[in-house]
Amino acid sequence: MITTSEFVQIIRPRRSWWDIDLREIWAYRELLYFFVWRDIKVRYKQTVIGAAWAILQPFMTMVVFSLFFGKLAKIPSHGLPYPVFYYSALLPWMYFAGALQNATNTIVEHQRVITKVYFPRIILPLAAVLSGLVDFGIAFIILIGMMLFYGIMPTLAVLWLPFLMLLAVATAFGVGLWLSALNAIYRDVRYAVPFLIQFWMFASPVAYPSSLVPERWQWLYGLNPMAGVIEGFRWALTGQGQPPQSLFAVSVLAVFLVLLGGLIYFRRMEGTIADLV
Amino acid sequence: MIDIAIRVENLGKRYRIGQRERYYALRDVLARSLTAPFRFLHRNNHSPVPDSQSPNFIWALKDVSFEVKQGEVVGIIGRNGAGKTTLLKILARITEPTEGYAEVRGRVGSLLEVGTGFHPELTGRENIYLSGAILGMTKREIDRKFDEIVAFSGVEQFLDTPLKHYSVGMQMRLAFAVAAHLDPEILLVDEVLAVGDLEFQKKCLGKMEEVSRSGRTVLFVSHQMNQIRRLCERVFWLDGGRIVREGPTHEVVSAYEAALTSGEWLRQQRPDTPKVKARFIKWEIVEPRNDQPNVLTTLGPVTLRFLVQVNEPIRFGHHGIALFSSEGQLMWAWAANNLTLEVGLHELHYTFPMLPLRPGAYAWHVSLYDSGGLVDVWYGVPEMIVAVPSYQHPVDHWNGFLNLPCQFHVHQHRRSSDAKDLGF
Repeated sequence: MITTSEFVQIIRPRRSWWDIDLREIWAYRELLYFFVWRDIKVRYKQTVIGAAWAILQPFMTMVVFSLFFGKLAKIPSHGLPYPVFYYSALLPWMYFAGALQNATNTIVEHQRVITKVYFPRIILPLAAVLSGLVDFGIAFIILIGMMLFYGIMPTLAVLWLPFLMLLAVATAFGVGLWLSALNAIYRDVRYAVPFLIQFWMFASPVAYPSSLVPERWQWLYGLNPMAGVIEGFRWALTGQGQPPQSLFAVSVLAVFLVLLGGLIYFRRMEGTIADLV
Repeated sequence: MIDIAIRVENLGKRYRIGQRERYYALRDVLARSLTAPFRFLHRNNHSPVPDSQSPNFIWALKDVSFEVKQGEVVGIIGRNGAGKTTLLKILARITEPTEGYAEVRGRVGSLLEVGTGFHPELTGRENIYLSGAILGMTKREIDRKFDEIVAFSGVEQFLDTPLKHYSVGMQMRLAFAVAAHLDPEILLVDEVLAVGDLEFQKKCLGKMEEVSRSGRTVLFVSHQMNQIRRLCERVFWLDGGRIVREGPTHEVVSAYEAALTSGEWLRQQRPDTPKVKARFIKWEIVEPRNDQPNVLTTLGPVTLRFLVQVNEPIRFGHHGIALFSSEGQLMWAWAANNLTLEVGLHELHYTFPMLPLRPGAYAWHVSLYDSGGLVDVWYGVPEMIVAVPSYQHPVDHWNGFLNLPCQFHVHQHRRSSDAKDLGF
C-alpha cells in the first residue's frame, strides 16, 4: 500500500525572476552522472583509435602552430620551447571550445527526451561541459611527458591549475547556458558558434603571448576570461609569462555575471523550452 | 479520509500556432523588430508575438479543473488535438501551463513514449541504466530490478550488443520493460500500449492492470476504448481543450462513442481548431443500414463510408486503412495511392463482399498523406461491433479469427465401384 507522499509539486506559470532550485539539481545528480557517462562512452564509439583522438587533436594543432606561428612567424614564447608554449595553451582552449560547442547543441540534440520526460534541463549543458574534462585529462598526460622531455619543472604555482580550470568550466557553462537556450529558439546560433569560437581564439593568447597586446588595450583583454585562464595556465605550469594580475579579478567578475545571467535566462526559458525545440 | 493525489484548477495552455512545428529563424525576429521595434519589450511567454487574442494562438487546454483521488485509475479520451497529451505534459512538468494551478502529491513518473533516452550506440545493458535514470529511477533501484527488467524484455542474449543491432520489436520490448518497472506513486501514461506484437501487447496490458491494482494513481490516455474500459474506473472526455464530460467509464465512453456515431462531430468542431489540410470526421456502416451505424449484423455484403473534410486540395494523396481486433491484432490493411481530393467534404466508400469476423469489437485506423507527409491519422471511433452469430467451434480455445459459415454434409458411397472413380 502506498502511503501519502511528502512530495508535493505545485504547478503554475512561473512569475518570479529568481527561483533556481539548487536542491532539485542536487536531487538529480545521478542523472547528471549518467549523461556525462553516456557522453564519454559514446564519444569515440566506432572509431579505430578511440580515445587517442583526445590526444591527437591538440597534439597535431600544436605541431602546426609550432611550425607556422613559431618557426616561420617567430612569435615570442617567453623563452619556452614552442611545443610546450602552444600545447599548454591549447589544452584549456580546446577544452573550452569543445565544451561550448557541445553545450550549445545539447538542448536541440535532446529534443526527444525533453519533450517526453521532466528533469531540470540545466543538467544537459552542465553534463556537456563536464564530459569534456575527461578528454582534457587524457591530453594532460602528454603535457607532463613533454615537460619532462624539455626539463621544465613546475613551481608551486601549479596549485593555481584547479582554480583556472574551474574558471574555464564556469565560462563554458555560463556562455553555454545562454547559447543552448537561444539555439532552441533560433537555430542560427548553431551556425554562428563556430565563428564565435574562432574569433574568441584570436582574442585569447593561444597562438601568441598576451604581452604582444598593446598596453592601452590590456584592460579590454582582461575582460576575456579565457585570456586570463590561458595565460595563467602557461604561467602556472612553466613559471614563464604573466601571473594572474588585478585584471584577472575583472575576468572572474565577468564570468560570474555571465553565469548568473545565463542561469536566470535559462531558467526563464526552461518551462516552455519543450514547446520550442 | 481519502487523499487527493492530483488537484487541478482552471489549468490552461496556450500555443502559438505552428510553435510546435517550427522554431524561429533569427531573421523573422529581426524583420518583426523592424516593423515594431519595441514589441519585444512586452513579450509574453517568450513568444515573439505578444497579442494573446491574435488568431495565431490556440488554447490547447482551457479552464480544466478536476481532482483525482489516490489510487484511482482515470482514463482520458478525446479526438486528436483535444488536449490530452498537453494535460499530461503539464502534470509531468514537461511544459508549463499558461494559466491555472495544479497540485500533485507524490512522485510522478511519465510514460509518454517508449524508449525515451535510448542511445543506439550503447548496449542493451547500458541503455537499461540510461533510460531508467532518465525516467526517474535511481541507480540502486535499477540495480535491484535489473534481472526482472531483463526477464520481462526477453532479450537476455543480446544484453551486450549495441542497441542499433536490435530489431524494432526487440527495442520496444526492452524499452517497455524498463518503463514497466518504474515505481512512482503517480503514473502518467500516453498511448504507449499500442506497440509491439500481439503477445507483447498482452503482456504490457497485463502489467498495466497489475500497476493499476497496486494502489497507484494512474492517468491513462488512449484511443483504444477497450483498453480504457479494461483499466479505468473513471474517464475524462476532453474536447477542444476542455473537459466536456466526466464520470464512470462505461457512461462516458458510451456517450463519447454515441456522439461520434451520430455525426455530432461536424457541429462540434471547435472554432479555434487550427486549420489542417484535411481531417477524418466519422465513419459508419451504410449498407446494410440499421439503427446503430457501427454495429455489423450481417455476413453478407457490407459498405462502409469514411467522411473526410478537406480544407486544402490534396495532390498525390496516399490513403491507408487498417482493421484491428480489440487485442490489437491486424486483421486487414489496404492502401490507395495517387488520390486527388479537392476542397470540401468527401466520402470514402468501401464495399466488401463480406466481413467474416468473429463477434467482438474491432477498430478501424485510417490515414491520409500527401506529398508533404502525414495529413491526418484517425483511430476510428466508435469501434465496430460485430454482432453476428458465431459460426465457430463450441470450445473457445478453438475459436479462430474468421467467422465463416460453412455448408457441411456427409455423403456415403453405396457401391464399391465409387472408390475406383475416386482413384483408389
